[in-house]
Amino acid sequence: MISLETKLPGLHLKNPIMPASGCFGFGREFSELYDLNKLGAVVIKAATQDPRYGNQTPRVAETAAGMLNAIGLQNPGVETICTDELPFLSQFKTPVIANVAGSTIEEYASVAKRLDESGLIQALELNISCPNVKEGGIQFGKDPVLAAEVTAQVKRTVAVPVYVKLSPNTADIVQMAKAVEGAGADGLSMINTLTGMQIDLSSKKPLLANQTGGLSGPAIKPIAIRMIYEVRQHSGLPIIGMGGISTAEDVLEFLLAGANAVAVGTANIHDPFACVNIINRLPQLLEKYGFQNMEEAVGGGIRNEANISGS
Amino acid sequence: MMQTELTVLENNKIAEETVEMKLGINNANPATDIGNFTPGQFLHVKVGESDTALLRRPISIADIDGNGNITIIFKISGRGTDMLSKRTSGSRVNALLPCGTGYPVDNLKLDTALLVGGGIGVPPLYYLGKTLAGSGTRIISILGFQKAEHVFYKEKFAELGESIIVTDDGSYGEKGLVTDCLSKMDIDFDCFFSCGPTPMLRAVTNKLSGRPGYISVEQRMGCGIGACYACVVPVKGETGFKKICKDGPVFAANEVSL
Ligand SMILES: Cc1cc2nc3c(=O)[nH]c(=O)nc-3n(C[C@H](O)[C@H](O)[C@H](O)COP(=O)(O)OP(=O)(O)OC[C@H]3O[C@@H](n4cnc5c(N)ncnc54)[C@H](O)[C@@H]3O)c2cc1C
Ligand SMILES: Cc1cc2nc3c(=O)[nH]c(=O)nc-3n(C[C@H](O)[C@H](O)[C@H](O)COP(=O)(O)O)c2cc1C
Ligand code: FES
Repeated sequence: MISLETKLPGLHLKNPIMPASGCFGFGREFSELYDLNKLGAVVIKAATQDPRYGNQTPRVAETAAGMLNAIGLQNPGVETICTDELPFLSQFKTPVIANVAGSTIEEYASVAKRLDESGLIQALELNISCPNVKEGGIQFGKDPVLAAEVTAQVKRTVAVPVYVKLSPNTADIVQMAKAVEGAGADGLSMINTLTGMQIDLSSKKPLLANQTGGLSGPAIKPIAIRMIYEVRQHSGLPIIGMGGISTAEDVLEFLLAGANAVAVGTANIHDPFACVNIINRLPQLLEKYGFQNMEEAVGGGIRNEANISGS
Repeated sequence: MMQTELTVLENNKIAEETVEMKLGINNANPATDIGNFTPGQFLHVKVGESDTALLRRPISIADIDGNGNITIIFKISGRGTDMLSKRTSGSRVNALLPCGTGYPVDNLKLDTALLVGGGIGVPPLYYLGKTLAGSGTRIISILGFQKAEHVFYKEKFAELGESIIVTDDGSYGEKGLVTDCLSKMDIDFDCFFSCGPTPMLRAVTNKLSGRPGYISVEQRMGCGIGACYACVVPVKGETGFKKICKDGPVFAANEVSL
């Protein structure tokens, strides 16, 4: 059987499949359903300095082949995460990637530092792209200068590798990728959700209390694939790809576009066993399409481009 | 908590746009799998695929019979429940179950329980009433529906005890709202249990404030298992939220802000 082992900066993964931030909490609920040792890694819900209570409800809406969410980064704050949540995850032999959010560069750096010092995480994912909070988050994701600054500051502060999560809500994704690469990012994570809105016909008002929400699920997959394909041609950084993955076929498509590993978000909400099902099926799928190993697939879909190894 | 393929044993239309569905758990061990399900818990039902209906629909357990078969009762109120209503006998329904925290029936020693339900909030109260009646509690129920065509389970509630039906337009039973009925009657009870739309819960908890009671709260859900923070309700008197799908849907009446 084809080995799914994947090496990324700072991460030695059994397989390239991990749940995406925000769709898996801190793993507790899913650990009641299956053994988290099966996963390549776990990406936890965004951590901020202080507890955040998030937006008013409703926070989710169903859309054609997807959903909108406006959770608003609800989380118990980095201290509680380090003392109550990460020790729970450390019982598994699965690397933990901590998703970090903040309103200021200082907040990003200080949250990242606390997580790094806990010794309980193997990498950081900077969420510079959350569309659901009023202050902070998104402008970092839209402005290459700010994105580079926050990346550089966090890099100066921590020892673990730093993946920067890019927002699709930007005119030029390649420019964003290059900016954070220049600032020392160890990898990219892409994509976060696309800003959308749904209007409720009965109330005649936006359905979500936050008015707008982030679109995720199968509906956004072609956009994610396109963006990864573009970025892969201009950046040597490893990419954790995400956006609408629900099957092993989707994963292979992401690998071909240039992703080195993938995260599965919304699919966990539809089917909590989504990650495990994908992991179980991926080897035979790679075989079916004639691959000897994972690396062969990575970037294999990019035309007219010689040597793109991605690492 | 498990994910399982349930088999549709029966699909009955019991009122206008209202379906009663009996579901069998395959290979279930009634004692361990179903014995610990409590009234107020729900099924998180996969009604379609991720490209047709991505989000699961929360539907309460309305009854569990001696064979461990689960009854759900739901109103066809949108696309997902419409899709679910078309599952005929023999077809499969994928659900996560049991979800959430139900009514603390085991810890309650009550003489008289008052059940106050509205519309799609009525189904879980049946399983609750049946369970409480089984342990000797006297049941009084006040059930509100929009109109006569929507009324269901009136005989079943009547079997549990005194039961009053209220309709908005007076086309069946008393006319008005369940809270009108609470005002008019002087009911003696130890604890109330209410489930229904949020405005109704608000009215009921205001009317019965200071009395011990439990309410079951509704909100749009994502995961249904406590991982995504979609389904929260503010905690009364402090900053913070509880998760309806995990900490609830049942809360003590004064625990959350509606
Ligand atoms: C804990 C709990 C128990 C419930 N038990 C029952 C029951 O026993 N019988 C019953 O008829 N209904 C019940 N409901 C309400 C039921 O979940 C909704 O009527 C149903 O989800 C609507 O889906 P739809 O496809 O018909 O509507 P759509 O409008 O197509 O739904 C779109 C989205 O909104 C959500 N949604 C819409 N209305 C509601 C609502 N009132 N509550 C929560 N989510 C909603 C849907 O789940 C879906 O994600 C319960 C709700 C909760 C939270
Ligand atoms: C309910 C929900 C909560 C999310 N929370 C976060 C978060 O806290 N931090 C983050 O970086 N991304 C968050 N995301 C975005 C996902 O991690 C992912 O990037 C996006 O949903 C696209 O992937 P998907 O289509 O597989 O869900 C969230 C997504 C959803 C649906
Ligand atoms: S629906 Fe995900 S936490 Fe309740």
